[in-house]
Amino acid sequence: MSGEHHQESFWTKYVFSQDHKWIGIQYGVTALFFMLLGFVLMIVMRYQHVHSGTISPDTYNSFGAMHGTIMVFLGIVPVIVGAYGNYLVPLQVGAPDMAFPKLNMASYWTYFLGGVTMLYGFTLPGGAANSGWTSYPPLADIATTGQTVWLLGMIFLITSSLLGSVNIIVTIVQLRAPGLTWMRLPFFVWAQLITSFLLLLAFPPLEVAGIFQLMDRVAGTSFFLPTGLVVGGEMMSNSGGGSPLLWQHLFWFLAHPEVYVLILPAMGIIAEVISTNIRKPLWGYSLMVKSVIFLGFMSFLVWAHHMFLTGMGQGMSNFFAITTMIISVPSVILLTCFILSLYGGSIRYNTPMLFALSFIPMFGIGGLTGLPLGLPLSDIPLHDTYYVIGHFHYVVAPGTIFAIFSGIYFWFPKITGKPLNEILGKVHFIFSFIFMNLFFMPMFFQGLAGMSRRLADGGQSYAHTQNVIQYNDFMMYASWGLAIAQLPFIINIIMTLIKKTEKSPDPNPWECTTLEWVAAPSPPIGHGNFEEVPNVYRGAYDYSVPDAKKDFLPQNEED
Amino acid sequence: MQIPYNEELRPDTGLYNAKLGIWLFLASEVMLFGALFSAYIMLRTSNPYWFDIKTVLNIPLATLNTVLLITSSVTMVMSWVSLKLKDLNKFKLYLGITLICSFGFLIVKYFEYASKFEHGLYPSSSTSLACYFTMTGLHVLHVLGGVAVFLYLIGPGIKMWDSEPERFTNRIEVIGLYWHFVDLVWIFLFPALYLL
Repeated sequence: MSGEHHQESFWTKYVFSQDHKWIGIQYGVTALFFMLLGFVLMIVMRYQHVHSGTISPDTYNSFGAMHGTIMVFLGIVPVIVGAYGNYLVPLQVGAPDMAFPKLNMASYWTYFLGGVTMLYGFTLPGGAANSGWTSYPPLADIATTGQTVWLLGMIFLITSSLLGSVNIIVTIVQLRAPGLTWMRLPFFVWAQLITSFLLLLAFPPLEVAGIFQLMDRVAGTSFFLPTGLVVGGEMMSNSGGGSPLLWQHLFWFLAHPEVYVLILPAMGIIAEVISTNIRKPLWGYSLMVKSVIFLGFMSFLVWAHHMFLTGMGQGMSNFFAITTMIISVPSVILLTCFILSLYGGSIRYNTPMLFALSFIPMFGIGGLTGLPLGLPLSDIPLHDTYYVIGHFHYVVAPGTIFAIFSGIYFWFPKITGKPLNEILGKVHFIFSFIFMNLFFMPMFFQGLAGMSRRLADGGQSYAHTQNVIQYNDFMMYASWGLAIAQLPFIINIIMTLIKKTEKSPDPNPWECTTLEWVAAPSPPIGHGNFEEVPNVYRGAYDYSVPDAKKDFLPQNEED
Repeated sequence: MQIPYNEELRPDTGLYNAKLGIWLFLASEVMLFGALFSAYIMLRTSNPYWFDIKTVLNIPLATLNTVLLITSSVTMVMSWVSLKLKDLNKFKLYLGITLICSFGFLIVKYFEYASKFEHGLYPSSSTSLACYFTMTGLHVLHVLGGVAVFLYLIGPGIKMWDSEPERFTNRIEVIGLYWHFVDLVWIFLFPALYLL
C-alpha cells in the first residue's frame, strides 16, 4: 500500500471501496436483501402447501431449490463471514485493514456476480435451478438450463469465499496488534479463523463437483450418469460409466463443514454479546478455543452421515455415525460454556442479550434433534422427512439468524454511532421468538408422521400425512406472523439511520473490553481504523476484575 | 494507510502477508486437485468397463511436456535468485525462459488435444476421456493463469523494481511458489493419466 493520501471519488469510496468496513457493510446489505428474497420464496411455498395450485409444481421445485441456495450461499454465509468477519476481525485484532484490501473488494464483487448469475436463472425457460439445493444427479444432470446457471453462480461464490477466507486468515495471523497473543483474541476472532479454514479447504471439492456437473451438462460427459440410464422411457445416449454417488460425496464434503460455517461465527457473536452483558469473563475460554479447533477438524470427517440411505455399507455407516457422535461433544461443550458463563453474572437484559440468550435453547433444540439423524438406525425412517427440515432450520433460523440479529443490535452503535431503539428491538425479539417456534416446531411432528420434504402439494395427496396435514395451515399463518414480526426491525433501522446524530456519540455504550470499542471511535475513522496502533495488555474478557476501578478493563489499558 | 508486514517479515511468524496468503491458496488448490484425483480413482475402480486411454494418449509428447515444465520451474527459481542478487537482466532472461517453456507446454497440449478431436475422441466418448480432458484442462487453466501473471511481471509490472525492489522480489517468490505447485500437479497427472 502506498502511503499517500488521495481524494477518493464516489466510485472508489462507495462502490469499489477497498476499506474493509465499507465492504463489510456492502456484504451485509446485499446479503440481507438476498435473505429477504429467500424469505419471500418461503412465504409463497407455505401458501402453496395450503392452497395447492397457486404455483406449478415445477415452479415450486425451483423455489425450493433457490430458497435453500439463496439462504445458505447468498444470505447467511455472506452476512456472517462476509459482513461480520470483514467489519469486525480487523477492528478486533487492531489492524488498519484486511491484509489484502484489493482481494477483499474482488471477493465482494465476485459474490455479487454470483448472486446476479443465480437470479438470472429465474428468467430462463424452465425457471431457475429446480433439483433442490443439493443438486443431486442424475436429476440435476438432465434438468433445465437453470441448473447450468446455478453451477456457474456457484463457481463465482466459491471463488469469492476463497478470496475472503485467505484474507481473513492472513489478517488474523499476520496483523494482530502488538501484545495480542493467540489466547488473548476474542472468541469471535477464533470462530472466524476456524470458519475461514473450513471455507478454504471444504469448498474446492464442491468446485470439482460443480465442474464435473457442468461438463456433464455442457460437454456431454458422464461423470455422474450411470450406464443405461433411461429418461422418459428413452435410453440416454451418453457414454455412461459415471457415478451419481460421487456427486453426493463431493457435495457433502463441502456441505457438512458448511453447517459449521453457518454456526461457528454465530457462536462467536454470542460469545461477545454474552460476555459483555453478564459483566464477567466467559466460563472456559481456553476450553472453548480448543473445542472450536477440534470441531473444525472433525467437521471434515462426518460428511457421509447425510448418505446413510445410499447403502454404502455397514462399516462406512458405523464410521460416520461414530464421528458424528464425537463431533457433538465439542458443540455441547461450547453451549455448556455459555450456560455456565451466565451463572453468577449480573445479566443486562437488552435486545442483543435477549437474542443471544434465546440462541442457547434454540440451537440446543436444533442440535439435539440432529443426533437421531446421525445414527443410521433412526436416520433411515427420518431421512428426507420434515423432521430433517425442522432440525436444520432450528439450527440456522432461530440459531444463526438470531445470532445475526443479536450482532446487528449489538454493533449497530459501533457502525453508525447511533444505538437502535430498545423498545422496537424487544418487540422484534419477542414476536420473532414466538413465531419462529410456532413455525418450525410442527415440522418435527409432521416429519415423525412420515411426511416427506419437497412435496409441491405439501403432502395433501398422501394417506399417511392426513393426521398432520392441518399443521400446514398453522405454519402458513405462523410464517405471516414471522414476516410481520420483522417490520419493527426494518422500521427501527430506517428510523435510527435518519435520526439526527448526536455531536459526540459514546464510543463504548456497552462498556466492552475489546479493541473495536475501546481503541477506535464509533463510527470508526475511514481508512486505517485506529489513530495509533493499539497495544494489548490483557485478555479479551476482563470484566469485574477484583480490586479494579471499573467493572471492565479495556484490552489496551496498562495495569 | 500502511498495511503492516506487506514487505517485511512479522517476527513471530517469519512471514510476509503474501507468502502466507499463497500457501493458504495452495492448500485450497491441494483440496481441489485432491478431490479431482480422488474422483478419478473412484470412477476408475468402480467401472469394470473402463476404457484404457493409455492406448490413445501420446506418451512421448507428454514426456516432452514434463521436461518443459520442470525446466520452467528451475528457471523460475533462478529468476528469483537473480533478483535477490540485484541482477535485473538475468531475471529477465530466466523469466523469459520460463515463459517460453510454458508456451511450449501449451503448444504441445494444443496439438495433443487437436489430434484427439481429429480421431473423434471427445470428453463425451468415455468417462476415462472425460477425466483426461477435465483434469488436464483444469491444469492448462492454471498454466494460463501463471503465464498471464508472468507476462504482467515481465511487462508493465516490472516498473515496481525501481520503486519497491523488495516487494517486487516477493512477488516473484509468490508466483514462483504457485508455479512449482502447477508443475507438481503435472508430475502427478502424467503418470496417473498416461502411464498407469
